[in-house]
Amino acid sequence: MRVLPGFRLTLGYTLLYLSLIVLIPLAAVFWKTSTLSWAQFCHAVASPVALASYRLTFGASFLAALVNAIFGLIVAWVLVRYKFFGKRLVDALVDLPFALPTAVAGITLATIYAPNGWIGEWLAPLGIKVSYTRLGVFVALTFIGLPFIVRTVQPVLEDLDPEIEEAAASLGANRWQIFWRVIFPMLTPALLTGFALAFARALGEYGSVVFISSNIPMKTQITPLLIMTKLEEFDYAGATAIAVVMLVVSFVLLLAINLLQWWSSRHHASSLS
Amino acid sequence: MTAIATSSVPPRAVQRRATTESPFVRTLLIGTTFLFLGLFLILPLISVFAQAFAKGLGFYFQTLADPMAWSAIKLTLIAAGISVPLNCIFGVAAAWLIAKFDFRGKNILLTLIDLPFSVSPVISGMIYVLVFGAQGWFGPWLMDHNIKIIFAVPGIALATIFVTFPFVARELIPLMQAQGRTEEEAARVLGASGWQTFWRVTIPNIKWGLLYGVILCNARAMGEFGAVSVVSGHIRGQTNTIPLHVEILYNEYNFTGAFAVASLLTFLALVTLALKTWVEYRNNELRGTAFTPVPIGRKAG
Repeated sequence: MRVLPGFRLTLGYTLLYLSLIVLIPLAAVFWKTSTLSWAQFCHAVASPVALASYRLTFGASFLAALVNAIFGLIVAWVLVRYKFFGKRLVDALVDLPFALPTAVAGITLATIYAPNGWIGEWLAPLGIKVSYTRLGVFVALTFIGLPFIVRTVQPVLEDLDPEIEEAAASLGANRWQIFWRVIFPMLTPALLTGFALAFARALGEYGSVVFISSNIPMKTQITPLLIMTKLEEFDYAGATAIAVVMLVVSFVLLLAINLLQWWSSRHHASSLS
Repeated sequence: MTAIATSSVPPRAVQRRATTESPFVRTLLIGTTFLFLGLFLILPLISVFAQAFAKGLGFYFQTLADPMAWSAIKLTLIAAGISVPLNCIFGVAAAWLIAKFDFRGKNILLTLIDLPFSVSPVISGMIYVLVFGAQGWFGPWLMDHNIKIIFAVPGIALATIFVTFPFVARELIPLMQAQGRTEEEAARVLGASGWQTFWRVTIPNIKWGLLYGVILCNARAMGEFGAVSVVSGHIRGQTNTIPLHVEILYNEYNFTGAFAVASLLTFLALVTLALKTWVEYRNNELRGTAFTPVPIGRKAG
């Protein structure tokens, strides 16, 4: 027996709103692509320009997520384990890349890393160009992915039982051994989840990258921009074909993140019991 | 007795060494954190304001007083004003459904609610072009009835709704699941109507979570660039939001102007972070993976 009312109302409304805003419009992508023949689809999806854009998008996203995994772990560790001046402020600022609109991030990173910018002027004499190159794409993707690893590792690190470390210490392990053999394995699921989230976010990123990249096809053009270019040329079928590739990758990643999360919570629960 | 006391000194020292890091490692890690966040977060933040005021206060206010800037601000407020309340109503309804009832397919529903987070902003805008654009499903019909959705305000509102779709729901669902059903059930048994129970029991219980979701939803709604860019058509004074206005000024090489307008959005981001931190401080339940699209109900920790 249901005591609480509103099951039909909320179920109906939730499904209606979800369908109208999300499901039906998303289905349009697959419908539009189905108007293409298989050969046309392959031609759009596997053209040299598209392949070059996948390489850049996936490569830069992967490297950015990797750099964030390393530094994000350090930041999470420092925020959980140490006390220092300005800790609360640092903790709040970690979410800046989520709160700052991507266009603003794009123009400010492009300006800082330009050859006459605050960081760019130090790199220019070394022959390193960041803005308007592939390195710039990587920098922008690192910026937007920064909070993911910190925010997924932080709660797991906070909940770690100090007794485990004490036990390892009393059995004669040194600090490095404890970190590498005891703590790190317990953080792995959260770290992988954060990595996957940062990677997934970077794959679709548009706003921050278009300003710092020179957007030259085959060289510095990311896949979302390629879709945008095709839309501006009214090549809707070509745009949707590439969008289908991106959507399928996103859905697979979403599934992987769900599985990782499930593994993480199980792992976490068993480490506490 | 003394033998025990003296022999207990070395093990304790060893244990301290093994459960904490040496001061050198500690300093190194804190230093790395400050360097990394300084380069990637603080420097860009300072740079926005430094560039915005590069030509002085006069130019700054002149840029912001421009009618085009005003119409962009107005449109951004309209888009957020439409999308935030709608996603709020949806968030509350979905959270009530998922937290208060048991039914099959709940996990699928949770995943579907999260879906917009995993779609690229460009694709988020594109889907509405496919539905309402000139070549889209309803394009010819809309044209016949002289209704403009794409390259007009409704399209911008729709794209904004899509990208901010999960924010309120994903804050409320875990919160209401954790709170359970007993309070509402007690209210019902004592004779309260469904709406009375909702307004007098549920809403007071979830108000902080709701506020939190609204803050995050609003920040994204006002700052969205990619999705809105696809459906806007960039008509000056008509379909430009603040982020699009920033882009136009920047592409015209009016860098100071672009940063002046961008400083508004940066200020909004800082206010968002401050409010968010304050709500977290007021309500410890909300601490955690706020913006991070960790699947709902399966948050780590």
